[in-house]
Amino acid sequence: MFMHDELGLAPDCAAATTPLLEVKGVTLQYKTKEHLVTATYRVNFEVMKSDRYILLGPSGCGKSTLLKAVGGFLSPTEGNIRLNGVEVTAPGPDRMMVFQEFDQLLPWKTVKENVAFTLIKSGTLRGKAAEDKAMQYIEKVNLAKFANTYPHMLSGGMKQRVAIARAMAMEPQILLMDEPFAALDALTRRKMQDELLRLWDDTHFTVLFVTHSILEAVALGNRILLLSPHPGQVKAELNSTGEDDLDEVSGLRLSDRINRLLFAQPVEDQGGTFHE
Amino acid sequence: MNSAANAALQRRQLITRRTEFVIDDLPTTGNGVVVKPLTSWEKLYNQGWLRKTMILLSLAVFWELYAIWLGNPLLFPTFSGTLESLWNSTVTGELPSRAWNSLRILLAGYAIGIALAALLAVIAITSRIGTDFLEALTAMFNPLPAIALLPLALIWFGLGNGSLVFVLVHSVLWPVALNTHSGFMAVSNTMRMVGRNAGLRGFGYVTSILIPAAFCSILTGFKIGWAFAWRTLIAAELVFGVSSGSGGLGWFIYLNKNDLEIGNVFAGLLTVILIGLFVENVIFRQIEARTVRKWGMQH
Repeated sequence: MFMHDELGLAPDCAAATTPLLEVKGVTLQYKTKEHLVTATYRVNFEVMKSDRYILLGPSGCGKSTLLKAVGGFLSPTEGNIRLNGVEVTAPGPDRMMVFQEFDQLLPWKTVKENVAFTLIKSGTLRGKAAEDKAMQYIEKVNLAKFANTYPHMLSGGMKQRVAIARAMAMEPQILLMDEPFAALDALTRRKMQDELLRLWDDTHFTVLFVTHSILEAVALGNRILLLSPHPGQVKAELNSTGEDDLDEVSGLRLSDRINRLLFAQPVEDQGGTFHE
Repeated sequence: MNSAANAALQRRQLITRRTEFVIDDLPTTGNGVVVKPLTSWEKLYNQGWLRKTMILLSLAVFWELYAIWLGNPLLFPTFSGTLESLWNSTVTGELPSRAWNSLRILLAGYAIGIALAALLAVIAITSRIGTDFLEALTAMFNPLPAIALLPLALIWFGLGNGSLVFVLVHSVLWPVALNTHSGFMAVSNTMRMVGRNAGLRGFGYVTSILIPAAFCSILTGFKIGWAFAWRTLIAAELVFGVSSGSGGLGWFIYLNKNDLEIGNVFAGLLTVILIGLFVENVIFRQIEARTVRKWGMQH
């Protein structure tokens, strides 16, 4: 595992040439009671250090499944996933997940204990040091007043901020976010997106972010991977400045280009059978 | 004009037009929520312990009146008579020592039962064959009344505490194991992934994630196990309570029935009830208040 210093004298240069995360020819399948479902088919992409890399696609394109595979929660039937050149085989605290569901916070622990939980259980820090680190990140997400509150007293947006603080406190190689704002109301969602960008300005962490919202992808990402559904395949990989710029070739805004790419073929009836 | 624009025009024509308005300076004070105080009767009624005490008191009054009306203390002594017997056998020290004998054995059986149940539930959660094992065992033994095992226990462990502990373990083990297991199964996938993301595995995973997450069901299992154990113990002692002259409450009830000391029989029964009420309303209530209620997992 590389630490920041070990990247050498020219970290910018090193970061620009070698990818932090390599996903090569990854096919993911899972079994339901009756079927073997192919979630993604031979997906390739590379995430560089400090990327805000978005996986975007309609439901059923396997983007969540792909993220879970990077997290190490399931292994590819074909291809491989490498983090810093080391193959991913199991979940670990170098890849912290932030989930969509509010129950990702442990209800029997206060906000501070929740953030310290992973630090302590992964053996990264202990006792006072873990507590201090936890508080430092709780302050970053503006929840210092609620440090000793239990999660059930918090609003949805606050819960997600705690989950983000918990993941960031580990200072992981890569942050994996699985539609973390999808269950929030539109106003809170906007605020959380701005806050995430502000946090990124601080530390330039690497994040792999799953969403089905084109606007969210355009606002948050610097690189967007478009996936087509059933099974998920790479459709395009685009750059974003966060401003929804006009493209010189097509004369379209980025969000319109994405819209066309995703809905070029007639929208098929997805039936909603697969959880995405 | 195309049809969509036409439809929009029609929509606009159908509704009544009104003027818009915007208020620039809303009053910031004087619009607080008016708090209406509860009446003192409502405050009293909101106290759970008070409501329950009222129920118990009215039951006691009903008991007293019925017993006086019946006028046969050999069949049904009065409440006051029962309290008197309770007091008398308490000051002689007989009832407390009987109760303590019962409780000691009960706690031993309860503790062993819970330990075994925890072991079974952990085995069941770690492998599919373990799940099958637990399901098969509970399907077989859970419906089997503990008392039905008593004759066997007598042959295996003799006339004494060993047999009692054996039937107690049987009555505690299955409900606790079953509840713990179903609690583990109900832990959400997200929470499991949070635990595994932190690098937790094996024992640490069970103690840091599964047990607290399933604590509601585990506590329910403990409560059911406690009630089963209490019942089983008193019944078993009624059948054969004596071991080296130190029988428990069941034995106390049985002896006094033989002596036609019905007041004492009722005093013994009342003790069983009182201990049950204490454990349920004080001990388990306290555990709940400090855990699942504080965590918002139960309301």
